[in-house]
Amino acid sequence: MNKMKKYLLSGSMLFVSTCLYATDDAGFSEGANFEEVTGEALYHAICQGCHMTNAEGAQGAGRYPALAKNPKLAAGAYVVYMVSNGMGGMPPLKQYLSDKQIAEVVNYTRSHFGNHFTDVVDADDVKTIAKR
Amino acid sequence: MNNHAISRRALLGWIGKTAGASAMYQAMTSLGFAAESSHPGKLNLGGAKKGATVLVLGAGLAGMAAAYELRKAGYKVKILEFNARAGGRCWTLRGGDTYTELGGVTQQCQFAEGNYINPGPWRVPYHHHHVMSYINEFNIAIEPFIQVNYNALVHSTKAFDGKPQRYREVQADYQGYAAELLGKALNQNALDEALTSEDREKLFESLRHWGALDAKGDYKKSREVSLRRGFAIPPGGGLSPKPEPSEPFDQSTLIQSELWKYIVNGQDIEFQSSIFQPVGGMDNIAKAFEKRVGDLIEYSAKVTKIDQSDSGVAVNFEQNGEAKSAQADWCVCTIPLSILSQIPVQASSGMRAAIRSVPYAASVKVGLEFKRRFWEQDEAIYGGVSYTNLPITNISYPSTKFCDKGKGVLLGGYVWGANAFEFTSLPPAERVKKAVEYGKQIHPQYAEEFDNGISVGWHRVPWTQGCFGLWTEEKRAEHYENLCQVDGRLVLAGEHASNLPAWQEGAISSAHDAIKRLHNKALNTVA
Repeated sequence: MNKMKKYLLSGSMLFVSTCLYATDDAGFSEGANFEEVTGEALYHAICQGCHMTNAEGAQGAGRYPALAKNPKLAAGAYVVYMVSNGMGGMPPLKQYLSDKQIAEVVNYTRSHFGNHFTDVVDADDVKTIAKR
Repeated sequence: MNNHAISRRALLGWIGKTAGASAMYQAMTSLGFAAESSHPGKLNLGGAKKGATVLVLGAGLAGMAAAYELRKAGYKVKILEFNARAGGRCWTLRGGDTYTELGGVTQQCQFAEGNYINPGPWRVPYHHHHVMSYINEFNIAIEPFIQVNYNALVHSTKAFDGKPQRYREVQADYQGYAAELLGKALNQNALDEALTSEDREKLFESLRHWGALDAKGDYKKSREVSLRRGFAIPPGGGLSPKPEPSEPFDQSTLIQSELWKYIVNGQDIEFQSSIFQPVGGMDNIAKAFEKRVGDLIEYSAKVTKIDQSDSGVAVNFEQNGEAKSAQADWCVCTIPLSILSQIPVQASSGMRAAIRSVPYAASVKVGLEFKRRFWEQDEAIYGGVSYTNLPITNISYPSTKFCDKGKGVLLGGYVWGANAFEFTSLPPAERVKKAVEYGKQIHPQYAEEFDNGISVGWHRVPWTQGCFGLWTEEKRAEHYENLCQVDGRLVLAGEHASNLPAWQEGAISSAHDAIKRLHNKALNTVA
């Protein structure tokens, strides 16, 4: 979970670089980038805003597609591309996320919410697709 | 002469490097573009063909301005609007209003009579000539929006032990120290090559004047300095205590605090004085338009398909569960691209690619109502904005009803970037709770005085799925013309089809430009 206490020792670069849980006490990122680490934390901090808590999507004047039980998630590379570069209403998120974080959230989504894809993507795959 | 001009440029460059002005400017223009909109000329939509019809999609400001002007020009106009109200993002939430976001949560606004929050646009700069001209034409009451308040706060969790500081103290000290340093550089002959001796003298004089420096050019505790940053004991009458000047911040502490980031905001053209707000809520602009074109609007009409041929346009829509369609000779579509990209549109591949190319920004606003105006009563903060490095980014105080004894509403959070996604992901009540938690670090009175709140995460807004079209320079170069051109019988308008993203001026100036071109095409099209 992202609700980790942060004990920031000012000037301690060692602490910053080794700290796994960088969000503040309230669970928010402190810099310009997302500081959540696990796929689960990342999903609930970012994706949930549009795709909803249980990845069920939503419908208004347009819609947010459900990610739950979504066969389009079969191709990991497609999901990595969408998260990294966006498309239509889907904003590109690579400016806020590391390759590792993108891999984590893609793997989490592809193995939860009724999705059972067993292959995983890693940071190198993201690097190839995100083309920063 | 020429040499003289270059030296001035060199000097400006040096100042820029020292003060980090461009870095500050870049960091603070969160909307990216400081372009000024041109003054609206006459639309000259004369000679419209008798009986020619236009279908306008969307009853936001772009759609209603287009409809208003086209009808005046003689066109038969009809508007389709998704919501049961007009205005789009020109929107105000007041006590008694309800708002249901995507995901199904409904918030009921509990504000007291007269209090409100504008979840979308909240300011009208003086140079937004299109908006200002309609404000004039429709006699919409406006009042000054206090953008810069010298007694508001600037705050960083990483500076001054997390204690908020007064804008005026940071502003005066930053300016004073910058003047002092430049004066020292002058007197150490560091700028001899850049300036003539006459200019050096005059510049030194100007720096003393600008920075409230003493005769030697030092910035230090004095009556002059306190007339900028405020006194430790302010002057009073009779036998009240003798005035005591205040002590400036330590120079290094101030530089390292990064609080100087916040003092440039009011200098951006988008936020310079005079800047206004409609009295009682931004949606008074929408209501003024609706009063004039409301009879043209089909509400609760969800567009599902936009088709066109050589002879006209046909738009399918759903209304109260019923499939319907509307035809016209021409179409002005103001549907946000985040939604339009999901609707089948008969258009050139260039326009379709453009429609799909613009993501929408994440942004969140939180309105908080308090039992009393403690910011005025306890802290003499009347309007304006306090800035913080906390995720809420700022607290804006109402620029209206000063000294009112009742409840007051703050904009308790205006969130962008990564934090906006995080805020949007929370249930609405949690967003309010977090905004209160963070705000407490700036105003401890929050704990006692908070009453109720409401929040809008723009990616959860059912009819926009985001705040505004987030163009990049590359995308503009590739797609902008294709997006804006008249494509057959269809033209797009809205803030997304402007160089003033997120601003109402972008929406209206885009509508004017679009209908001018559409009208010309209509005049030159047979049948």
